[in-house]
Amino acid sequence: MADFFFHTTLGQLLLIVLESLAVLVPLLLGVAYLTLAERKVMAAMQLRKGPNVNGPFGVLQAFADAIKMLTKETVIPSGANRMLFLFAPFLTFSLAMIAWAVIPTGNGLAIANINVGILYLLAISSLGVYGMLIAGWASNSKYAFLGGLRSAAQMVSYEVSIGLVIVSVLLAVGSLNLNDIVLAQRHVWFCLPMFPMFIVFFISALAETNRAPFDLPEGESELVAGFFVEYSALAFGLFFLGEYANMFLMSGMVSILFLGGWLPPLAIAPFTWIPGPLWLIAKILFCLFVFIWVRATFPRYRYDQLMRLGWKVFLPFSLAWMVLTAGFLMVTGLLPGGAG
Amino acid sequence: MNALTKAARSMLLAELAAGMGATLKAFFKPKATINYPYEKGVLSPRFRGEHALRRYPNGEERCIACKLCEATCPAEAITIEAEPRDDGSRRTTRYDIDMTKCIYCGLCEEACPVDAIVEGPNYEFATETREELMYDKDKLLANGDRWESVLARRLELDAPYR
Repeated sequence: MADFFFHTTLGQLLLIVLESLAVLVPLLLGVAYLTLAERKVMAAMQLRKGPNVNGPFGVLQAFADAIKMLTKETVIPSGANRMLFLFAPFLTFSLAMIAWAVIPTGNGLAIANINVGILYLLAISSLGVYGMLIAGWASNSKYAFLGGLRSAAQMVSYEVSIGLVIVSVLLAVGSLNLNDIVLAQRHVWFCLPMFPMFIVFFISALAETNRAPFDLPEGESELVAGFFVEYSALAFGLFFLGEYANMFLMSGMVSILFLGGWLPPLAIAPFTWIPGPLWLIAKILFCLFVFIWVRATFPRYRYDQLMRLGWKVFLPFSLAWMVLTAGFLMVTGLLPGGAG
Repeated sequence: MNALTKAARSMLLAELAAGMGATLKAFFKPKATINYPYEKGVLSPRFRGEHALRRYPNGEERCIACKLCEATCPAEAITIEAEPRDDGSRRTTRYDIDMTKCIYCGLCEEACPVDAIVEGPNYEFATETREELMYDKDKLLANGDRWESVLARRLELDAPYR
């Protein structure tokens, strides 16, 4: 059996497919339940009960939504660019999925444990903006177009500060490999020594995933639904899934960069009994809860405020903190990898 | 608050943290939602819902066709026709309420000298066709028979305040 999987071409191919399914199936289920969790948590914070009719506590609501989405008609506007219109949700969705190839769920437990993992993640999340731009342009609708423009501007702005935050983490780790980044947090999670960076990264992650209070591209009250106004049925569902999968991805990045990935909080008995992947899942779920919590708390930013925060606050702040980190590591001689 | 404190508060995201705290507190509070078809809110005895024509305990209808309700109705939703009955008492031959016109102001109830027309506690009388909302005398009397115990209780509870 092991021989088949590791030594024949077909076996290895099969192994990759199985590995991908082992990540994607729980991820998609998680996404489906994230939509339910969001409604439940927001409802609780607004003193409501949320969906509670389909199944006990509404646990079947996710499937009810899925069935509804699958049975509806896909409307393609007559003015739309047909091919791009259908390509955009597919792109958004698949990009949100393939990023998971490098996320390590345990020591060395990633589909692809590549040396430039963090760069790969950054590249994939930057590509995500294309889905929105294409959707906004191909719909041939003014709301969708404005939504697409906004999302492009927003994602580019916040990517800059995300990049700088990642650089300061990399300075402390000395490697672009996600596995090494987690292992470097054996003694202390980076969210403690780099707390301000942690906050900046988290807020930028909110902006990156177009979540409240930075959900201007969708801005229900002014742009109806932003770049995906014209989408319906399955295409809409793909956008929706992609967006929530992106939330998962960003939570995964936060967990890996700042919350010690699969590592338990303390390497002592009761914590080490729980296996690593469960720790990672717990951390991701915590981040997702905060995503929803933030949405239930804050009103939407105005567009100029959003840009000001990105360029005039986060950019100089993360730049300064990066220089500070580098200086500190140089002075104390803690800089990893040869320079010290 | 001086500039330094202000700057510190904004840098440490004090307001944001306070806001998050408020929502987290709400997260654990008991919920205000009523599971509507299974649970219902409490109604005041003065609640003005669906109309009903009441009867005396001996089964005689109360309405004496004085037409005060018809006269007072600001929406002109009530139509009454009357003539003496065989036993000489004055009764309505027709008592219609157009529920699509009615504004549920309760003036008919106020005007009635014999507590015949009342607005009951029922608010779940949505129909599938418009015609079903043109209530006639039979429908109103049937409502009265159906809700009589509740209607009497409501009048009794409200009496001290009138």
